[in-house]
Amino acid sequence: MDEQLQILPFIIVFLPAVSAVFQTLFTLKEGGISAGIATGAVWISFLCSVVLAFIIYTGNIPGYNYSITWLTAGNLKLEIGYQLDDLTLLMLLVVTFVSGLIHIYSIGYMRGDAAEGRYFAGLNFFTTAMLGIVLSNNFVMLFIFWELVGLSSYLLIGHWFERPAAANAAKKAFITNRLGDFGFILGIILVWGFIGSVRFDEISAKISRNPEIFGVYGTVAGLLIFCGAVGKSAQFPLHVWLPDAMEGPTPVSALIHAATMVAAGVYMLCRVFFIFTAKAAVPASLAMLAVSPLTVIAWIGAITALLSAIIAIQQNDIKRILAYSTLSQLGYMVMAVGLSGPSPAMFHLITHAFFKALLFLCAGSVIIALHHNQDIWTMGGLKSKMPITFITFLIALLAICGIPPFSGFYSKDSIIALAQHKSTALFVIAIIVAFLTALYMSRLLVVVFFGKNRSHHSATSKESAYVMTIPLIILAIMSIIAGFIGIDDKLNSIFGIAVKEGEKLNLFYPFSHAPLAAWLGLGVSVLGIVSAFLLYSSKDKDPITERLGIIATTMRNKFYFDEIYDGIIELTHDALSKASDFIDRWIVSGFVIKGIHGTVEICGRALRLVQTGNIQTYVFILSAGAAVLIYYLIRH
Amino acid sequence: MKIGIEHYLILSAILFCVGLFGVIARRNLLIILMGVELMLNAGNLALVAFSRFNGNLDGQLMVFFTITVAAAEVAVGLALIVSIYRWFKATGSDDLTFMKL
Repeated sequence: MDEQLQILPFIIVFLPAVSAVFQTLFTLKEGGISAGIATGAVWISFLCSVVLAFIIYTGNIPGYNYSITWLTAGNLKLEIGYQLDDLTLLMLLVVTFVSGLIHIYSIGYMRGDAAEGRYFAGLNFFTTAMLGIVLSNNFVMLFIFWELVGLSSYLLIGHWFERPAAANAAKKAFITNRLGDFGFILGIILVWGFIGSVRFDEISAKISRNPEIFGVYGTVAGLLIFCGAVGKSAQFPLHVWLPDAMEGPTPVSALIHAATMVAAGVYMLCRVFFIFTAKAAVPASLAMLAVSPLTVIAWIGAITALLSAIIAIQQNDIKRILAYSTLSQLGYMVMAVGLSGPSPAMFHLITHAFFKALLFLCAGSVIIALHHNQDIWTMGGLKSKMPITFITFLIALLAICGIPPFSGFYSKDSIIALAQHKSTALFVIAIIVAFLTALYMSRLLVVVFFGKNRSHHSATSKESAYVMTIPLIILAIMSIIAGFIGIDDKLNSIFGIAVKEGEKLNLFYPFSHAPLAAWLGLGVSVLGIVSAFLLYSSKDKDPITERLGIIATTMRNKFYFDEIYDGIIELTHDALSKASDFIDRWIVSGFVIKGIHGTVEICGRALRLVQTGNIQTYVFILSAGAAVLIYYLIRH
Repeated sequence: MKIGIEHYLILSAILFCVGLFGVIARRNLLIILMGVELMLNAGNLALVAFSRFNGNLDGQLMVFFTITVAAAEVAVGLALIVSIYRWFKATGSDDLTFMKL
């Protein structure tokens, strides 16, 4: 039993890595073989996860911690280790399952791509990195895999690196993530400095014993750790990389930017939630400065959710709309963490992983059918052309809009109910975002699948191959049932919240538990869907754009965040380069280099005059020198 | 008047200076070579004088070597001058400044 527990997680994590290395070394040119190996590796990981979960549940093992000391430097002890608790197992299953389906889907989507081998190696590498994050039991190991996720997302977003837009998007994602990670590693150092350990269980124990262990740095520690999640989960103000990352292949968007990578930030927040329970010990006179990091987190999440929902309404690229909806849903999750609800956040993360992966894969199916055209206003009428894609998309849409009994309703409701409980302002924002979500998602549905064909491609499109539609169907099933099969109960028990009583299938639980939140959430969603149908059905272009004028332009241009950042970077960059230009030109080059060179040259020119080439001059100088020397010697 | 070592040395110095003047001031390479010979012999004279007044033969021994070397030097030097003349059609030192870069 113990040996299995020790070895299985390593297989789960490193099998995709081994497969990625194998593909890179041997089958880079053989797309089909690579695809088979990669998919097989991930599904074996999934099976191992299932076996692991089975062992843990039947053996009734409460939590298993296993560490190998990696290196010891002074009193810093670094370990490679994992912890197996319910949270880890749940994430393991979700990540390997969704990743496995996306691998299968990619076989169809990437068929005939020039670099299929590289693509599948990257996908496997990414899965390894994500699983590493999930299993980590300490901050350092988490950070290492965290960075590997960043690296592999760089490789995958830049898969079509011949396109400048893709290359730039990859760079932007990586650099923006680094920005957040810088704060994250400072946070890790701070935690290690105060607590002397990077193990989650030890930190948790120490904080629960003494909540003021960080002294005045309580808030700072929480916020720095949160920085990492801001980067990875694309929260305001570092959200700009995610929409651009849509330049990658669509299954990559589904895997990285919907189900796993951006989820890593939220998962990390939930995993180390105890950090945010630490209190800042500030003197009474500065009490108003003692903001809990959770307040900041909740508001950042709410701002992200609202902002990106507003932007999404005026986007016309099918993948960008989904990207902004991802941002918006991530905002929900982060807000839930901020409202001290890691359990609703994780619940929404898991349901979101299913339905968002499904939405992206449906979008990919549409994009393939339309020969890589992504503008929704050239689509239309795909309902009858692509029935499977349409139905699965509809299911995902109802899930994300929060219509019962689809999964999104339950998870979103748990967040809205939490917000209602904790803060009225955030509750209002959550309701508005729910309305906007229903509006822009239904807009997408109406424009793409209903109405008439707006282009030749959409008229001649046909359903994708089975290798692509079967993952859609499986994900659609998960999107329907994930809400009421008891994932939330499991999560509640993980985070120590009382498990609710009543029926086993919690179909109607939200209506009895928090009726206001449930009915209001449902009401605004239906309102959003209905208004989208009224606004957009059988329109050829966006009717809102003209009516809102400049506001619509602002929304379309994403509130000019990219331009503002560009401007700020340009200004600082210009100032810095001017300063360094001055130093280089006048001090290094002018004074030091030219000074030395000039002195030597002047001396050289002077001395050159002595070299007449006339032997008699030399003799004269020699004898004169000898005479002076002799005179000098005689005198003394 | 008793002839002492000073007289010899002064004569040697005069000879040396005359030779040096010839080397520095004259233009013709042959004269320069003669000046060099004069300087060598000024040295020889001083050595012989030292030998005589010190009562040992070391200085005279040295002079033999110097004369031998001087003879060789004249042979090589004259050969060079002839060669230079043939090559550059010049024997004036002013014309021979090609050691300058």
